[in-house]
Amino acid sequence: MLELQGVSRLFGGLAALNTVNMTVNAGKVVGLIGPNGAGKTTLINCVSGLDHPTSGVIHFDGVEIQNKAPHQITALGLGRTYQNIRLFGDLTVLENVIIAQHQHGKANLLDSLFQSPRHRREFKQQVERAFELLKRFHLDSFSDSRAGGLPYGDQRRLEMARAVATAPRLILLDEPTAGMNPVETHEFGEQILKLRDDGLTLLVIEHDMALISQVCDEVYVLNFGEMIANGTVDAIKQNQDVIEAYLGRED
Amino acid sequence: MDAVFDFLAPVGLNETNFQFMLIAAILGCSIYVTLYGGMFSLANAGFMAIGTYVSVVLTQRYDWPFVPAIIAGMVAGGLIAIIVGLPVLRLSDIYLAIATIGFGEVVVVLIRNFDRIYEEIFDKKIEITGGGKGIKNIPVTTDTLHLIIFLLIVVYFLYRMQHSRFGRALAAIRQDETVAANLGINVVYYKNVAFIIGAMIAAGAGGLSGHLNRVIEPDDYDFDRAVDILTYAVLGGTTFFIGPVVGGMVLRYLPELLRRLKVLSFVGSIVGRDLTNEQAAVDGIINGIVLILFIVYLPGGLADPQLWKSLYRRLRPNNTQKGAP
Amino acid sequence: MNLRTLFYVLSAIFLGFLIPYLIATYLFNKEVLSPEQQLANAMWRGSIYSLFALGYALIFSILGLLNLAHSSVFMWGGYIGLMSVLKLDMPIWVAMPVGMIGGGLVAVSVDVIAFMPLRRRNAPRISQLISSIGASVILLSLATLIFSSTPKRFPQDSIDALPGTADKPLTWLLDNANVRITPIQIAIFVIPIVLMFLLEYMVNSLKIGKAMRVVAFNQRIARLLSINVGNIFAFTFFLSGVLAGAAGVLQGLAFNSMTPYMGATVALKGLTVIVLGGLGNIRGAVVGGFLVANIEIMSIALGYGWLSDAVVFSSLFLILLVRPQGLLGESGKMRA
Repeated sequence: MLELQGVSRLFGGLAALNTVNMTVNAGKVVGLIGPNGAGKTTLINCVSGLDHPTSGVIHFDGVEIQNKAPHQITALGLGRTYQNIRLFGDLTVLENVIIAQHQHGKANLLDSLFQSPRHRREFKQQVERAFELLKRFHLDSFSDSRAGGLPYGDQRRLEMARAVATAPRLILLDEPTAGMNPVETHEFGEQILKLRDDGLTLLVIEHDMALISQVCDEVYVLNFGEMIANGTVDAIKQNQDVIEAYLGRED
Repeated sequence: MDAVFDFLAPVGLNETNFQFMLIAAILGCSIYVTLYGGMFSLANAGFMAIGTYVSVVLTQRYDWPFVPAIIAGMVAGGLIAIIVGLPVLRLSDIYLAIATIGFGEVVVVLIRNFDRIYEEIFDKKIEITGGGKGIKNIPVTTDTLHLIIFLLIVVYFLYRMQHSRFGRALAAIRQDETVAANLGINVVYYKNVAFIIGAMIAAGAGGLSGHLNRVIEPDDYDFDRAVDILTYAVLGGTTFFIGPVVGGMVLRYLPELLRRLKVLSFVGSIVGRDLTNEQAAVDGIINGIVLILFIVYLPGGLADPQLWKSLYRRLRPNNTQKGAP
Repeated sequence: MNLRTLFYVLSAIFLGFLIPYLIATYLFNKEVLSPEQQLANAMWRGSIYSLFALGYALIFSILGLLNLAHSSVFMWGGYIGLMSVLKLDMPIWVAMPVGMIGGGLVAVSVDVIAFMPLRRRNAPRISQLISSIGASVILLSLATLIFSSTPKRFPQDSIDALPGTADKPLTWLLDNANVRITPIQIAIFVIPIVLMFLLEYMVNSLKIGKAMRVVAFNQRIARLLSINVGNIFAFTFFLSGVLAGAAGVLQGLAFNSMTPYMGATVALKGLTVIVLGGLGNIRGAVVGGFLVANIEIMSIALGYGWLSDAVVFSSLFLILLVRPQGLLGESGKMRA
């Protein structure tokens, strides 16, 4: 579903990504781990269109996306969350999720000006779908609160709901459980598995090995911009290169 | 109509003042559209100048009828906004502000020297913009009804925009451009459309005010005007559609009220100076204080619904006991 | 002394002058009247622009904000200098430092009124821009109330106190009777250069200058090093006001006429200057000042003085679109 071939991203003379190859198959949860500064966020920025690789090709469902704008990539069916939560803090929870359905709407300015049936129908559908999603992530009771005022864990889940609202087939999660306690993290893992069962594909960047073990079918390891290993969670845990890369950092 | 203004005369509100208040409200709305999308553009004085000059030149020099000339001015403003917007809107906050200040100045300089540049290039004398002296003896064609209708259309637009797919996209862009793009919003497109709409509203206000003043001069549309327009929106608030209308009207009315209440002569008698001829300076001080006070203490503006709700809650009697368990 | 700065300044003066001069004479066959005189004019005018823009750039580089009240501080500095001569009978060489210190104090009060409350709230940069516009409008209106809007000038005898007079220009400087350089103009050229080098020395070598650079780099690190960030901000404003005040007094002397609106024209030109040099780039501000002065002087010399504003503001607009980091700036590194 997602395929990176020889992707490099240079900043000045420094390679944040160095000829990275990676494949994410449909219907799987794939983990991406690596020490801080390994280039994980650069990688998913390149995939989601916020950054563009210096060289290399990225295919999403057979379409080359490395030079596309973010909104075009989203339209192809890719959603994401952010390492440091980026909600529309001054808007309500409901509005956050409605905005994410932007590209599925067709109502233009004239429709809204004259309150055409299309505008009304579409708005009603979007609100219904938003409530569905909020319920699924246990946020429906906050629908009218300011998103920025939610507790931390709820903000994480709202961001997830917002990403799902764009109706993606692949979701990139950038350290989704950072700052959560083990119980919350485990619950979040359940949500991820539920999404996979619904037919979504997920790429999860994580430090928390418990979550990785819980959800991932396959793991990629990035270190200093290079992909040093991939395989099942158990295989990765035994891999000598990976242990070296993490030595003195974790454990 | 006359009866209304006879009634309001004691508080300093005659029809002329009211017309200028309406113009100010429309101008406030024009910058509201861009601010709503998080774009800090100071270009609207420039677009106002374009609208004014195009429509006045058409009615005065080419004998166009009034309404088509106003529309032509708006179209001209919109077209130039398309050309300017695409490159300029790639810039963000301070850089965008500076670039649009530059744009406004370029417009004023070009209008001032239009005839001369034409002469220099085509070696033929013409009189279109009338240079620095502007165009004089313009018959007053705009009446209060025109202004009210135009303002109502604009306000209706802003009201509907708030709850439209377009408006939500702009709000998202204002809050976080990157995330908006990742959620599938074509940021460049929406920014440009908002910029063009703002420009057309400003150009319309320009055309209407051009046929109200009898005289138009290029210097009326310089940086000071851009600041005035910004002040209307900041005072009223930039997230709720009534804001710019309230801001424009209040700010335009305040000096009249002060004059009527003889505040200036009162303050003057304390300071020991005749201030009644210093209206412009006093206006300036008020404008400046309003800008600072509102941006510091009431960033939501006068028409912020949140502000009034909390004020109402605080002032409602027996409120505190009710809330207690 | 930093020789690189000197090199940039000199190349800005000569390239800014030479290129339009060569284009005009050889491409369009237009004769430039008395080029030596134009060069001299560009030098002192550019000096004032640079001095003015230096304060703009200083604040942008340390605080990351655009202080649009800077032009009003400039005007107040000029008026304080003028009033010390007119009302207090100070000699000009005393009035000038008084104007500078006055400008510094006005700048600090702008910081206290317009910026400090917003900093405390961590407001966006645009709010600070708006409130600086507010402060500018207040200062301008106060000046028209206090000093009135009729033009004022330095009395002739205060200028005569300097060696040589406007009536007896020091033509001996160049062996050409067509060039008229007054001692005032020489002073106007020299004083800003001296002040610029002093500023550069202070920022690079003195303890407070180093503290300023740390604050510009990262405020949190500065606090960890127990640098009082608030004091550094106030000091930066004071410095910018001192520079603006000096520019104001010199401008008043150069044109020998002052109105409260003298800041308005310089404000937008100063904006062009710092954008040309790269926002927050201190060396760039100096170079940009001479470039803008050259653009103006050359367009006047070629008979297109009425277009000089159009050229200046178009270049402001275009440079932002093509090279937002400025002519000297490196991409990605927008602060000095």
